[in-house]
Amino acid sequence: MSEKMLPMREALRIALREEMLRDERVFVMGEEVGQWQGTHKVTRGLLEEFGAKRVRDTPISEMAIAGAAVGAAMMGLRPVAEMMTLNFAFLALDAIVNHAAKIHYMFDGQFRVPLVIRAATGWGNQATATHSHTPEPIFAHFPGLYVGCPSNPADAKGMLKAAIRDENPVLFTEFIALYPKPGPVPDDEDYIVPIGKADVKREGKHVTIVSFGSGVDWSLHAADELAKDGVECEVIDMRWLRPLDMNTVFESFKKTNRCVVVEESLPMYSFGSEIAAQIQENMFDYMDAPVKRVSAMDVPLPYARDIELMALPNADKVVAAVKEVL
Amino acid sequence: MATLKKETLLEWYRQMFLIRLFETKCDDLYKEKKITGVYLHLYSGHEATGVGALAALRPSDHVITAYRDHGIAIAKGVDPKPIMAEMMGKKTGTSGGKGGSMHLASREHNFWGGYAIVGGHLPLATGIGLACRYNETDEVVISFIGDGATNNGYFHEALNMSQIWDLPVVWIIENNLVGMGTRIEDSSGQTELHKRAIAYNMKDAGRVDGQDVIKVNEVVSQAVEYARTTGPVLIESMTYRYKGHGVSDRSYDKRLADELKEWLENKDPIQLLAKTLKAKYKGIQKELDAIEQQCAVDVEDATQFALNSPDPTYEDLISNVYVQS
Repeated sequence: MSEKMLPMREALRIALREEMLRDERVFVMGEEVGQWQGTHKVTRGLLEEFGAKRVRDTPISEMAIAGAAVGAAMMGLRPVAEMMTLNFAFLALDAIVNHAAKIHYMFDGQFRVPLVIRAATGWGNQATATHSHTPEPIFAHFPGLYVGCPSNPADAKGMLKAAIRDENPVLFTEFIALYPKPGPVPDDEDYIVPIGKADVKREGKHVTIVSFGSGVDWSLHAADELAKDGVECEVIDMRWLRPLDMNTVFESFKKTNRCVVVEESLPMYSFGSEIAAQIQENMFDYMDAPVKRVSAMDVPLPYARDIELMALPNADKVVAAVKEVL
Repeated sequence: MATLKKETLLEWYRQMFLIRLFETKCDDLYKEKKITGVYLHLYSGHEATGVGALAALRPSDHVITAYRDHGIAIAKGVDPKPIMAEMMGKKTGTSGGKGGSMHLASREHNFWGGYAIVGGHLPLATGIGLACRYNETDEVVISFIGDGATNNGYFHEALNMSQIWDLPVVWIIENNLVGMGTRIEDSSGQTELHKRAIAYNMKDAGRVDGQDVIKVNEVVSQAVEYARTTGPVLIESMTYRYKGHGVSDRSYDKRLADELKEWLENKDPIQLLAKTLKAKYKGIQKELDAIEQQCAVDVEDATQFALNSPDPTYEDLISNVYVQS
């Protein structure tokens, strides 16, 4: 399969463009997606190519962006709505969790809501408390919605295509820190990363590290460090927070009997909490150590650089956590 | 008025009378604990607004509303049997017993549902209108709005978005003067709610007497034609709620005694249409009697259908969470 080295934002742009070429029903709407070319430049060039009907600049109206996307999706269109950042999606929480996620069930299957809501996520460069959320677990709490978050450009392309082609609503989040990072991306226009399938990024037998998004790089760096001391880590990129591919985690855990969960999100009621709970419920007989979580500190993020970094996870913290469970 | 046929007026009479009887029956069934749960919002008093407005639509046009949705479902042509079954949480209900009274819907009638978060359905109407334009059809959508919903952010965002994209949405505020219990003058700086259109440079169709089905139909018909060709319209229909906000509201008749009496005695939409018909057509009483009798049969049939329908099962509990590919 031929591939190119591309940054994640370009892989996402290509996925959007190819899906718009493939399916007339696919259109993009959101804040600054058109004339501005996208806040993170994921929609660059699309307005020129597809016109204002299919690349729709919206007012700063998060509730209506999500809600109108729901209505258009119910009518059979395939909206890809951009929230600019996931911090702003809090304003649209009702439209996402009460409407996008529940309409198929609430009316017993009469309506489908095949939409994608894209949003940038993660802490940035001193973006401060209200702009520094990584709240995927909040959205993954609700049945009816899928939640995906790629850790690399190839997955970004394949996951976004899977999300657009699926009949269900998908919240798709993109780490700001990963947008410029290059990686090999398949040229295949039908390159799909199936919804709900995790990826074993590195095999190992001593400890299982489970992560997603930005946490995957920290985990892989930590695994490199630990390998110098002869510790072999298995690193799993979950890719989708819902559906959550626990079978891949369980299979790994049966081999390693130890687990560290790495996430950029806050620690309370988190991705890590869920993984840990499911392991102790299902894998108790295999456990040789408590599941350790590496998360952001339980504080709002501050502005000052040194203390901001203090609050966040990194590869060193992952190394320390692995050493604790060995 | 001149162009309206007798058959049309009688059909509107039938729909309004059917809604009134249906709602009265629901109230009774709730008291008998045949309809359960905490929510049941009756449309009694609003009939002329729903019936007059939906008569302006083609079958291919769309409607969406909030949780006071029973009358809207009936006026869009949904069979009362599955509606009543949904009230009772039966498998044969419009939503398989999963939605309840606030979440009726019928895809085949282009009735996109009743919604229970105040204002939450308004951007859905915007999106439905967007799809109508996107698909280059001339379909329109009517979105009903309670007066209470005009003060949350959804109203502002959804109406503004419909205007900037010239979407074919007819926004109809059903102004019954109260939210749950808070009066309009205590919740809105501008109590003439149609004037909100000015904020969006939207076509303002003004206030209409929401108890007069003929006037409602006239105003909405003009709005629908404008929406088909041009863009959104805002209408304020002045109406009144005969029952409480929901069945749990047990003090409404004491709270609103004088006002309620005035509306019941002098502004009842069914009586007003009967009066018009009697003045226009001699000997029509027999036809009205026959319609009323048929409505009673229809409501009783719906009730029996619902009572005799099966309950949903565990399989229903876990189905349709996701579309399975």
